[in-house]
Amino acid sequence: MTNIILVFLVLTNLMLLGTGRISASIRIVAAQGVALSLLPLLIHAHGFGVRAVLLAAATVGLKGYLFPRLLNKAQRQASVRYEPAPFLSFSTSLMLGVASVGVAMWIGESLKLPEIESPLIVPAALSTIFIGLLLIVARKKALSQVLGYVVLENGIYVFGVVLAQNEPLLVELGILLDVFVAVFLMGIAIFHISREFDHIDVDQMTTLKH
Amino acid sequence: MKHGFRYLDPLLGLILAPMLLGIINRVKSWFGGRQGPPLMQVYFDIAKLLRKGAVYSETTSWLFRAGPIVSLAAMMTALFMVPFGNLQAPLSFSGDLILLAYLLALARFFTVLAALDTGSAFEGMGASREVQFSALAEPALILGLAAVARISGGTLSLSGIHHGVTFSLWFQSGLILSLVTAALSVVFLCENSRIPVDDPNTHLELTMIHEVMVLDHNGPDLAFITYGAALKMWLLGALLVSLVLPAHTHDLIPIDFISTLVDTAIALCGMFLLAILTGIVESRMARVKMNRVPQLLIGASAIAALALALAVQPVKEKNGNRTHETQVTYRN
Repeated sequence: MTNIILVFLVLTNLMLLGTGRISASIRIVAAQGVALSLLPLLIHAHGFGVRAVLLAAATVGLKGYLFPRLLNKAQRQASVRYEPAPFLSFSTSLMLGVASVGVAMWIGESLKLPEIESPLIVPAALSTIFIGLLLIVARKKALSQVLGYVVLENGIYVFGVVLAQNEPLLVELGILLDVFVAVFLMGIAIFHISREFDHIDVDQMTTLKH
Repeated sequence: MKHGFRYLDPLLGLILAPMLLGIINRVKSWFGGRQGPPLMQVYFDIAKLLRKGAVYSETTSWLFRAGPIVSLAAMMTALFMVPFGNLQAPLSFSGDLILLAYLLALARFFTVLAALDTGSAFEGMGASREVQFSALAEPALILGLAAVARISGGTLSLSGIHHGVTFSLWFQSGLILSLVTAALSVVFLCENSRIPVDDPNTHLELTMIHEVMVLDHNGPDLAFITYGAALKMWLLGALLVSLVLPAHTHDLIPIDFISTLVDTAIALCGMFLLAILTGIVESRMARVKMNRVPQLLIGASAIAALALALAVQPVKEKNGNRTHETQVTYRN
């Protein structure tokens, strides 16, 4: 079951790299978040406690409901529908994404960690982080970059859920709160950028320096 | 008895392959509310074309004439390597799945050469597209087959894979098998120039891939090409069917002869089902924009690569468990 979720994670990552439609991307990221929220419940072979349930519920609420709402609102206000021509073409970024999965597998092989249920966890987490970074670097629209940030956070979340099984609840909820505030602020920033400049193309903002 | 029986499958393929195209056309007409051509229409077409003479352009060389013959020969050879039903294929050795990929590539190479030989701009464009797309589809085929070979007992032959894939394997590692099935379905549709990638019905040169390459072929050559395309569909379909419908009634029915017949019948049903599914896909879906096709194919390759990565993993998992156990005993 854990394996299915992790494969779903990698497949949704690749889908994100292949699509330029922002509303579809928002939906994919939301689905990814909901699937990941099941991880803390499944990762422990010997049942789960209130803590895991609480964490899962918070993740579903945040990534499955609040983020899509905020991002959809930002999208409507900035009226961007799709990413017309990113810095890296969709095919190139897809190929880079596949390569990053390979590199992550290679690293995961040498990075042997104790108490891991599934051998896929480290590669999936690492490749999600890579792909999140790739989305931030390769896309032009600020909204796509915010989505890349959320994907990056998802990768870190997978790492955290598995490795820090005894991490205090407060820390995990604190991280979730940080991400929420970040996405919230970015949504507001996008709104202001689009009102000020009539677009959210990041590469055109370099001209502001002159 | 058994030995002679092995040749039944390629024979079935040689006879029934054009029927698949007929079924697809019938399903499409049914969706369009038409009666459609008879199921045997492709046979009639081939027979008609074979009776005609051939006209060759003066600018073409022997390559143009060799193209259809070589590609048909490659398809026929490949047909003898792909298992069907519960039988071992007549030609089977370790590593034949790589030969299969290269026979497909050889056929494609000669079709492309023949297309370029005409000097027509349209055909050159079609050749360029065909080569680009098949270069992206080939990794999906090879990686997918490698993944299945890995989990089905480690034999690198198509017959070995065919015997290794069973329903119990689907319970064990259904995730890998479904990923490979998804990747191979895309390869099946792409290689046979079916709808999400190519439209076999268009007569607009600007959007065609495969059809545009054979515009200048006529008479028997065109018959060879049509028949070769049908055989290609049959053998790629047989690969898919042996993955999804691994019918091995050998344990249920003790008599060799009957169990073989039953397995072959099940596989045949699977093939016809596949043709109907293709027809439905073709009726319900629009073709993907030309510049989005590479994405679809790279996606398929990515899925196949993921399946292979998953298939390689279990050994490590066992090691991990073992170290865990030793740790526990140490603690005790």
